[in-house]
Amino acid sequence: MASEDDEIMREFLLESRDNLAQLDRDFVTLEQNPRDHAVLSRIFRCIHTIKGTCGFLNLPSLERLTHSGETQLSRLRDGELLLDGHATSTLLAMADGVRRVLDSLERGAGEGGEDFSPILAELSKIGQATAPAKAASVPAAPPVASHRPPASLRPVPAQPAESAAEAPVEAAPRALNVGDTTVRVDVALLDRIMNLVGELVLARNQILKFGTKSVDSGLVAASQRLNLLTTEIQAGVMKTRMQPIGNVWNRFPRVVRDVAAACGKKVNLELEGADTELDRSVIEAIWEPLIHAVRNAIDHGIEPPERRQLAGKSAVGRLLLRAYHEGGQVNIEVSDDGAGVNLEKVRARSVERGLVSAERAARMNDREVAHLIFLPGFSTADSVTTMSGRGVGMDVVKTNIEEIGGTVDIASRSGFGTTLKIKIPLTLAIIPALIVTSGGERFAIPQVNLLELVRLEGASSRRGIETLHGAPLYRLRGNLLPLVFLNEALELPGPGAGTDVVNIVVLQADDRQFGIVVDGIEDTEEIVVKPLGKELKALNVFAGATIMGDGGVALILDVLGLAQHTGMVSATRERAAIEPVTVATGEREARERLLLFRVGGASRVAMPLAKVARIEEVAPERLERAAGRDVVQYRGTILPLIWLEQELLGEPPLTSAEPLVVIVCAEGERSVGLVVEEILDVVEEVVNVQSHASERAILGLVSVQGRVTELLDVPALLRRHEPSIFTRKGAAA
Amino acid sequence: MRQVCSFVLGDLVFGVEVLKVQEVLRAQPMTRVPLASSMVRGLINLRGRIVTAVDVRARFGLPPLTADHAPMNVVLSSGDGVVSLLVDEIGDVLTLDEADFERPPATLPPVFRDVVVGVYKLERSLLLMLDVERIVTPEQSPSPVGNAA
Repeated sequence: MASEDDEIMREFLLESRDNLAQLDRDFVTLEQNPRDHAVLSRIFRCIHTIKGTCGFLNLPSLERLTHSGETQLSRLRDGELLLDGHATSTLLAMADGVRRVLDSLERGAGEGGEDFSPILAELSKIGQATAPAKAASVPAAPPVASHRPPASLRPVPAQPAESAAEAPVEAAPRALNVGDTTVRVDVALLDRIMNLVGELVLARNQILKFGTKSVDSGLVAASQRLNLLTTEIQAGVMKTRMQPIGNVWNRFPRVVRDVAAACGKKVNLELEGADTELDRSVIEAIWEPLIHAVRNAIDHGIEPPERRQLAGKSAVGRLLLRAYHEGGQVNIEVSDDGAGVNLEKVRARSVERGLVSAERAARMNDREVAHLIFLPGFSTADSVTTMSGRGVGMDVVKTNIEEIGGTVDIASRSGFGTTLKIKIPLTLAIIPALIVTSGGERFAIPQVNLLELVRLEGASSRRGIETLHGAPLYRLRGNLLPLVFLNEALELPGPGAGTDVVNIVVLQADDRQFGIVVDGIEDTEEIVVKPLGKELKALNVFAGATIMGDGGVALILDVLGLAQHTGMVSATRERAAIEPVTVATGEREARERLLLFRVGGASRVAMPLAKVARIEEVAPERLERAAGRDVVQYRGTILPLIWLEQELLGEPPLTSAEPLVVIVCAEGERSVGLVVEEILDVVEEVVNVQSHASERAILGLVSVQGRVTELLDVPALLRRHEPSIFTRKGAAA
Repeated sequence: MRQVCSFVLGDLVFGVEVLKVQEVLRAQPMTRVPLASSMVRGLINLRGRIVTAVDVRARFGLPPLTADHAPMNVVLSSGDGVVSLLVDEIGDVLTLDEADFERPPATLPPVFRDVVVGVYKLERSLLLMLDVERIVTPEQSPSPVGNAA
């Protein structure tokens, strides 16, 4: 909490210093032209802002000083007074006083305890006809308390009336201010640099393409170096545009207080992860939706105190705003411990409002019903309050978040509360995307929408896809996944007969999942989103276009638009429902999808596919050592590596020039990479664990494709290497 | 006096104001845009900028160019964007006299009337002057019926 206050104080100091510098200049301008209303207003606003923040930061002495200054300034602004030399000096003396307090605050010495009563007295005398200009200005010189040497660090103008213009210039050298270590940069410049970096990324991609074809080792080395530098520049520039979400959150305590008071509720706001950083464009875009979400949580979620006590809960509701990074995205959760979404009421109200038919509402599962609150025009509020119930609400949240490429999900437990989960991209300019081919064209699919890839080969490709009334379906772990053949949806030529491979890209659009069948899957790439011309704006299937490594153009699929275009309306599947169960120890029988890989020569090892976040190739030169272990930088985080060969066979890790094959396992918020020799296959097998006592991270032996295979005990392995993964997770729960 | 960049489509000569022309390029590799109207031939990477290539023949309902004849790109910067017109051949930049200018004849087919602002009488032929802003305006339907402005 202390660091948050420090942050606020730092910003206050920085801003006030900038404002005071302007203030000095303004006073001088004003003295020459006392009727310049614009300048007067600016001065007034400056002092007013400082005064306002003082109240917030509990700085009574500074508040008193700025308050009386403000009073006089408002009279000047309203034309009751005309600024003369005396008034100017007095006001400048006030500004100097403010500066001394700021200095003292910056040294951590509080407000400094200076007595401002002479200045206050002078201020109150402004405009009184009897005030003799020259005589009065002398006491206006702020007395310097002799027992407080720090105050004398900066020269106090002996004759404020004359030094008005020099005052800011004369500031003596002193210890570094907050302002000296930071630079204010025009946002437009940052945006331009970001665009240029986007171009650089594209140029880098193109050079890399040539580099891989070339045999000239010099070119290869140079292109790899370019690659690394570009990645670093990109990260650096992105970082300059990053702002902690705390900047937005700081405004919430007040909002929550006001809304809670207006609704007659008691709410305790908790903020978690305020230092989570987001691109400024994203920060701006989430403020409105977050306000809506918070209002909704208080107004509709948290019950009135009496009802809470009846339900055996504390009278004070709990509202948690939580932000964290996950998989290159930022997750923001707005959770309350209120009554939860009343599904029956939602169902009834949506039918009543004609948003869905009664018959359809009756068939919906709980999750689908909960998602009805995102429909435009939906409201369950019995009465319209000033805060909500006016028919604008969650649909605004959803639309705004989707506009910036994010998704919104809601989870609710009756009587226990509601969690609204917002996932947004870190930045809007450069996004990771999967490149697929269909009908001879390349398309980029934003990684945000991607759930998994399924590849069917040989015989299974023919019986894998079933049709129901002509609609193709695939059984994905027991659930029906509707399919779209991308070439048909886009009216492109088919792949031609004779191929017995089916690639399914499983996507999430809105709250539904569907698969698109593509001819080929290429690679993931960082792409720069470029807008399409106005003549193509009507095509909602494409979100834009990008330039590929070879200089060609690829269209970016808008997954939501594609879903709408193909009429994907039915078959909502809850994501949690199709996540396979994890392996438990002991003997059991269940069909399970396993990732099969080779470790050190002939050893075949399998692990549950569900534990695999991604499979990556890592160039050996990207390996770094930190805290006594091998790590690589991966998607903006540090990924610790576990050498399975060493782990399972006790052999030291090989050093080779070949890229390492790394299985990325995500556990909670952390990930680890398992270094294996080769990925063999993905199989679906009846896992029948033969007990196998061993202290190694092996759960047991299984028969896979008729061969004995070791089954990796992933949790045990991670627990051994990364105790923090589990303690962290435990702490968060 | 007016400077006009001329180009040829079949046996017709067209012109656009020379100041609107950003550059003229040979045939460029193109990415087609599925589901787009037939007048959009594809997207071109113009030094990192993505530019829509408009098939002017399709726009005017002319038969497509034979496969062995690669179209030229006339890159125009218009209002809020850059667009490339695919044409058969590039002509000269002509300096034309306003005295030779006439309003489009009433007999001109409606597809032309939408985008042709007038006709210059050249020595041997007629030059149809195009309105750059209008040529890139997306059509509501592939066959503009009764769309007279």
